[in-house]
Amino acid sequence: MSAYLKIKDLHKTFYPHGQPLKVLDGIDLEVEKGEIFGIIGFSGAGKSTLARCINRLEKADSGTIELGDTDILSLSKDQLLKQRHKMGMIFQNFNLFDSMTVYQNIAYPLEISGVPRKEIKQRVLETAELVGLTEKLKAHPGALSGGQKQRVGIARAIVTKPDFIISDEATSALDPQTTIQILDLLKEINEKYKITILMITHELDAIRYTCSRMAVLEGGKITESGHVRDIFENPHSKTGELFAKVFMLFQSPEFTKGEGI
Amino acid sequence: MSLLDSSFWEVFLASLSPEIWKDLWGPIGETLYMTAISSVIMLVFGIVIGILLDITNPNGLIPLKLSYTLSGWMINCLRSLPQMIMIILMIPVARLIFGKSYGTNACIIAIAASCIPMYARIVESSLLEIDKGKIEAAQAMGSKNISIIFKVLLPETLPSLIRGFTVSVITVLSMTALAGMFGAGGIGDIAVRYGYQRFQHDRLFACVYILIVLVQLIQGIGNLVSKRILKTRNLV
Ligand SMILES: Nc1ncnc2c1ncn2[C@@H]1O[C@H](COP(=O)(O)OP(=O)(O)OP(=O)(O)O)[C@@H](O)[C@H]1O
Ligand SMILES: [Mg+2]
Repeated sequence: MSAYLKIKDLHKTFYPHGQPLKVLDGIDLEVEKGEIFGIIGFSGAGKSTLARCINRLEKADSGTIELGDTDILSLSKDQLLKQRHKMGMIFQNFNLFDSMTVYQNIAYPLEISGVPRKEIKQRVLETAELVGLTEKLKAHPGALSGGQKQRVGIARAIVTKPDFIISDEATSALDPQTTIQILDLLKEINEKYKITILMITHELDAIRYTCSRMAVLEGGKITESGHVRDIFENPHSKTGELFAKVFMLFQSPEFTKGEGI
Repeated sequence: MSLLDSSFWEVFLASLSPEIWKDLWGPIGETLYMTAISSVIMLVFGIVIGILLDITNPNGLIPLKLSYTLSGWMINCLRSLPQMIMIILMIPVARLIFGKSYGTNACIIAIAASCIPMYARIVESSLLEIDKGKIEAAQAMGSKNISIIFKVLLPETLPSLIRGFTVSVITVLSMTALAGMFGAGGIGDIAVRYGYQRFQHDRLFACVYILIVLVQLIQGIGNLVSKRILKTRNLV
């Protein structure tokens, strides 16, 4: 099977205070169609920047990004807007619109892509049902719990029936139980609609629970990638080793007894 | 009745008498009319200019550094003029439009012109308050800039926009009183003609009561509306 998302030699340098800061330094990445692919890395590793380059919220300096048959970086403005209708994004702090009800939040992406009102209603109701928000459609996001907010975020991302979703730390602001529920929901939409998901996180449990394959982002490069189990059992990069170590530590009886590190 | 020959208490009692108030309803109407029309003009232009400032900001939707800097500089210049001077400067403009440089309508032009730069800045700062993540989410979903402005930016900052508008309407009201000196009519005119030139302090007092009540009313309505909105959004 050939890869669905293909990133080659992607570079991005920021210039905060005039000094160059190489955030992405030659990223190569391949994600298969229909999989949930994890990207793990420490804070500041450039995970969000990578995500934002894929939907061109950030302009990459060089390299190529192909999604299906689409060469993302060469899209015109209009083509880019159309392409964005076909890819969803989920955020750590939800970024819902407080002025809109849950219904209106979920309907928004359909509205801006010109879907007829009647179809909007049907799609919103369907999606709300799927994410378990039917009861909350008239509420505003301000009245929802974190988990419910992220359900709206997910509904909003999948209501346009995209092939591809980027999840940038979708569960990092949630408690462990809610995290599991949200991860289950992501798995469900992945299986049901064959949506490819790029899951960015610094929580290794989230990756172990959800992903089959993963990559480690470190110093602007992908330092290793492959099956989740292989990386945890036999890490080759500093970040990978550290995550594996932390993972072992959490599992060790000493840690459970509260004897600490 | 004047404070020069009567006690404060006597003047106070006189300021409540029906004779004085029967001549005040007309001017109150004029003041309300001037405030309302000037505020509407201020609102329309202020919102438009405020939006332009916000989106041409270096971190905005359509960064235009030169235009942003120039318009910012112009607004600062206009805002540094005292209101009185602004009214005097607007006299020729009013003459161009109405053929005369005095009267209620002429002063409306002056008041609106002088409040627009202030309100535009207030709008800009309200719009800048929006959580950047919301704009980003809208962009990631493929929104055009125009839908971001009208469906996200303005609705999300509405409570703050309303609070800013309330403050500005109060400034407009106080300017209508000032404009009374230039033949605008209204409460300010009464205060100047009777209170200042003829020492009829009972009338001056009455004008003060009216202004206090109007300010309270405007502020109260503004607070109420913005609180209502926050409440429906479950943000308070
Ligand atoms: N617009 C920008 N201008 C300048 N520097 C930036 C910009 N965006 C990100 N950076 C810098 O790039 C680096 C990577 O940021 P990024 O947000 O991609 O990290 P991250 O891996 O997502 O971290 P986190 O886990 O904290 O979300 C950071 O050092 C950040 O300060
Ligand atoms: Mg991040």
